[in-house]
Amino acid sequence: MSGYQGKKNIPRITSDRLLIKGAKIVNDDQSFCADIYMEDGVIKQIGENLIVPGGVKTIDAHGRMLMPGGIDVHTRFQMPDRGMTAADDFYQGTKAALAGGTTMIIDHVLPEPGTSLMSAFEQWREWADSKSCCDYSLHIDITEWHKGIQEEMETLVKDHGVNSFLVYLAYKDIFQLTDAQVYEVFSVIRDLGAIAQVHAENGDIVAEEQRRMLEQGITGPEGHVLSRPEEVEAEAVNRSVTVANQTNCPLYVTKVMSKSAADVIAQARKKGTVVYGEPITASLGTDGSHYWSKNWAKAAAYVTSPPLSPDPTTPDYLNSLLSCGDLQVTGSAHCPFNTAQRAVGKDDFSLIPEGVNGTEERMSIIWDKCVVTGKMDENQFVAVTSTNAAKIFNLYPRKGRIAVGSDADLVLWDPDVTKIISAKSHQSTVEYNIFEGTEVRGGPLVVISQGKIVLEDGNLHVTEGSGRYVVRKPFPDYVYKRIKARSRLAELRGVPRGLYDGPVCEVSVTPKTMTPASSAKTSPAKQPGQPIRNLHQSGFSLSGAQIDDNVPRRNTQRIVAPPGGRANITSLG
Amino acid sequence: FSGHADLLGGPYSYSDRLLIKGGRIVNDDQSFHADIYMEDGLIKQIGDNLIVPGGVKTIEANGKMVIPGGIDIHTHFQMPYRGTTTVDDFAQGSKAALAGGTTMIVDHVMPEPGASLIEAHDQWRQWADEKACCDYSLHVDITHWNDSVKQEVDNLIKEKGVNSFQVYMAYKDYYQMSNSELYEVFTFLAERGGIAQVHAENGEIIAEEQARMLQMGITGPEGHVLSRPEELEAEAVFRAITIASQTNCPLYVTRVMSKSAADIISQARKKGNVVFGEPITASLGTDGTHYWSKNWAKAASFVTSPPLSPDPTTPDYLNTLLSSGDLSVTGSAHCTFSVAQKAIGKDDFTQIPEGVNGVEERMALIWDKAVTTGKMDENMFVAVTSTNAAKILNLYPRKGRIAVGSDADLVIWDTDAIRTITAKTHNSAAEYNIFEGVELRGAPLVVICQGKIVLEDGNLHATSGVGRFIPCSPFPDFAYKRIKARKQLAVLRAVPRGMYDGPVSEFSMSRGGTPSASARTSPTKQPVRNLHQSGFSLAGPPTPDDIPIRPAGRRIVVPPGGRSNITSLS
Repeated sequence: MSGYQGKKNIPRITSDRLLIKGAKIVNDDQSFCADIYMEDGVIKQIGENLIVPGGVKTIDAHGRMLMPGGIDVHTRFQMPDRGMTAADDFYQGTKAALAGGTTMIIDHVLPEPGTSLMSAFEQWREWADSKSCCDYSLHIDITEWHKGIQEEMETLVKDHGVNSFLVYLAYKDIFQLTDAQVYEVFSVIRDLGAIAQVHAENGDIVAEEQRRMLEQGITGPEGHVLSRPEEVEAEAVNRSVTVANQTNCPLYVTKVMSKSAADVIAQARKKGTVVYGEPITASLGTDGSHYWSKNWAKAAAYVTSPPLSPDPTTPDYLNSLLSCGDLQVTGSAHCPFNTAQRAVGKDDFSLIPEGVNGTEERMSIIWDKCVVTGKMDENQFVAVTSTNAAKIFNLYPRKGRIAVGSDADLVLWDPDVTKIISAKSHQSTVEYNIFEGTEVRGGPLVVISQGKIVLEDGNLHVTEGSGRYVVRKPFPDYVYKRIKARSRLAELRGVPRGLYDGPVCEVSVTPKTMTPASSAKTSPAKQPGQPIRNLHQSGFSLSGAQIDDNVPRRNTQRIVAPPGGRANITSLG
Repeated sequence: FSGHADLLGGPYSYSDRLLIKGGRIVNDDQSFHADIYMEDGLIKQIGDNLIVPGGVKTIEANGKMVIPGGIDIHTHFQMPYRGTTTVDDFAQGSKAALAGGTTMIVDHVMPEPGASLIEAHDQWRQWADEKACCDYSLHVDITHWNDSVKQEVDNLIKEKGVNSFQVYMAYKDYYQMSNSELYEVFTFLAERGGIAQVHAENGEIIAEEQARMLQMGITGPEGHVLSRPEELEAEAVFRAITIASQTNCPLYVTRVMSKSAADIISQARKKGNVVFGEPITASLGTDGTHYWSKNWAKAASFVTSPPLSPDPTTPDYLNTLLSSGDLSVTGSAHCTFSVAQKAIGKDDFTQIPEGVNGVEERMALIWDKAVTTGKMDENMFVAVTSTNAAKILNLYPRKGRIAVGSDADLVIWDTDAIRTITAKTHNSAAEYNIFEGVELRGAPLVVICQGKIVLEDGNLHATSGVGRFIPCSPFPDFAYKRIKARKQLAVLRAVPRGMYDGPVSEFSMSRGGTPSASARTSPTKQPVRNLHQSGFSLAGPPTPDDIPIRPAGRRIVVPPGGRSNITSLS
């Protein structure tokens, strides 16, 4: 990973060279004191008494912590929703990110069902390239499923540096996929070496509950959380873990909002499932009690899915799981709408556009809730805000680590600064901040993105359009080493048996035909139109049944060892 | 338990009068020594030195245990399958049941999708009334869902004495129901006081896995278990529990076959869900290693869904959970096919008719695996083989208890008898017995059904057609006391707010880009509202007191009063 030459840093000017002296460098594995020299957006030297060109701008860190810039793995800047657009575009959003110490974001491309993934991807690239102030990458959401989508996914992985796809278990009749479709998507994702992300909520039940709420006259934002209880989130997490296990596909659960969903992930990890959980700034920093605010606009500002849990002990619980490693990465799911946009749902909560702020606050909230409280140390802080994300999405060690050759995305962190979060001072364009009034300890003092100082002395100097699209390769080691090992184990064999030549009962091929509409009780997955087999003509032979020599392409099953000792018991009847 | 005296008189034959002397009566709560006197199929007196008519037939129990007759809560006798019928009809099946100490069975009515539930129910009634040798009740399976089915379910509960209905999460494109349908069925059953039973397996994934197995050339019975891994069972159990909890409906999981499914049930119970788990004779007594048998017919005889787990430690684990009360009841899911019938699927495991034996072996097997090993005592044994089933189905204390006034369905249990199970001697008509060669300690010595001796000295005297249909009434206390209490708590209130009079963005109801995309609204919603015409007023929303107590599965999430008045901070 040496010397990535990005498109933006060809002209050599002095401002591209930077020396930080006397810093305590914090990676996810250790902290140590050293100077660090960067040039052309890349870290060139780390050590003491570095030999650097004269006239280099020097920052004296005075022993403060210098850590890899944050990676916000989940943003939705500029997201279209029914003709509206999320209030923060890529400029506003990345500016907010940088202000909070985050130097890279990964945004979600949300193709409308019916449109091509490629055209949506290109649209997002265009938006981001023209506006983004920091490096970015893109997840692609799969909002429908057919053969064409599969081909586009292959192209995106092979030619466009995408290695993560999100499926929805919620939003019935819009984005939601069936279990069978999810199974197929996961199988494709595994073959491509990508990460399966999932929005986990049971959309069928949510739809029923929404109707029930509206029927009861509950139309305000409290209906949002009442119709999406946390059990419904946990159920969907459990289901997606099951499908991921079946398909031997790595799973990544976006927006872990509740204790029970987090518990399901923690349990699955203990059973060996390759699954990652992403709590977001909102779920780590606040709770769902605000949905009952008498101020409609305020209550609506918290609307996101899965919703914030009304259980006020949730943030503390999630912070604990994040600290012990049961949850691994943090995003913001930053997707705020302004009040006029939210008001689209003023008479019906199910119409309120969903999304909360959090990209600016993410690092400080986690520091305050986890490091200040002693739940985690500064190294684990780096892991959950940056390194783990880089590893999962195959950006490591270019991103997520301070090392020679890594990108010069750095944050000089002040653990003592305190700040009160307020919509009056935040970078986002929306009127409400869901953390309004929260005092947080810890914040960025200096932020360096692509080797340039973007935050210093409280002043933000961002450049619209300077953000580069960062390509991500498939098969990240962090995720796929285990998946590959399991694939190798997963060969299935049929049992070689003699020919069954006993009597065979005559049956009607379709079951008792009371309804013409009912389909046959056959394997539903069998190809339609497959001719009915003549059951008297046995196709079974010892030589024909050796299936282990044709290589199973999808080999995800653990061998259940045929218990040899018992397999030879013959008829006792 | 002092006996009353006026039991003489009445034109009853002697054979209807029976005295058991010197037995140790075992109920689910206690054991004690007493004599039992029965008349007209009912227990009339319990106590010492009973005053009984002269000439009454007397059985000397010699201190042996007298237990309530077993209730096999899950059978499929005489089940039609693609033009054939399972080999054990109601006569054969209930005879096998009696031989094993089970004096009541609860069979599943399985209407074809699209067919009338009531017609199917009447058909089953007719079959059973003609042939059953012991009392029976019926569960009705809901294999499709619409308003007329709903009407029929209502009718079955109110008129026909059915209080339990099973839905399927497996058998895609056939019996399988969507989550939304499950939600609606559960909501309806919760309103009417029914028990929601569920066949829990994820049919969508099974269909995919079956296709994969066949594609790989795995066509034998091992493909059955390979395409239905236990995780899919556990997943469906989890989902069913979630929906039941949302709808505040009591849930009953039929056929708990794997450790992970059982674990989910026990976790849910710890969280307070009203859920009952039913392991069956097969899952308590054997495992899925036999699917790899080289003998096709033998391997095929184990085919049932969910499949037996290939993990050989499963039976012991399930017996432990049954003993600790995490699993509540036991059935057999007895549904036997002949080898020729199983051979329908000789070239494709998905075509093998599903079902195993177990109605005769159930009691002895549980005794052997759970009581002789010290996992449970004899009282718990009675609970899991009889009492709990009676309570869930609202038949208690008529069934499931030895008490004055209860039905005279009794078993004198011999704790020391040792028998080896084999198809050569079993009462089922099937050629295979999945417990072949298993030696069991514990067996019925005498079985009394409807006050008549049907098993004595190893001789079975079952009479076809004597079995009565026992109606089950809705709202069994055992399940519904808690459900009702929760319902009362589950009132939801909207937050009264002032009118929002700020600006409102323009938006399109259909999501931009595609003409075909449906609107991103609540999918269940009515046509587009005019959002500029505010329908919101302080007086408008119904006051909480008007809100009907809905089939509300919801705990109140108390609006945190302290915070709800914070106004705009911007």
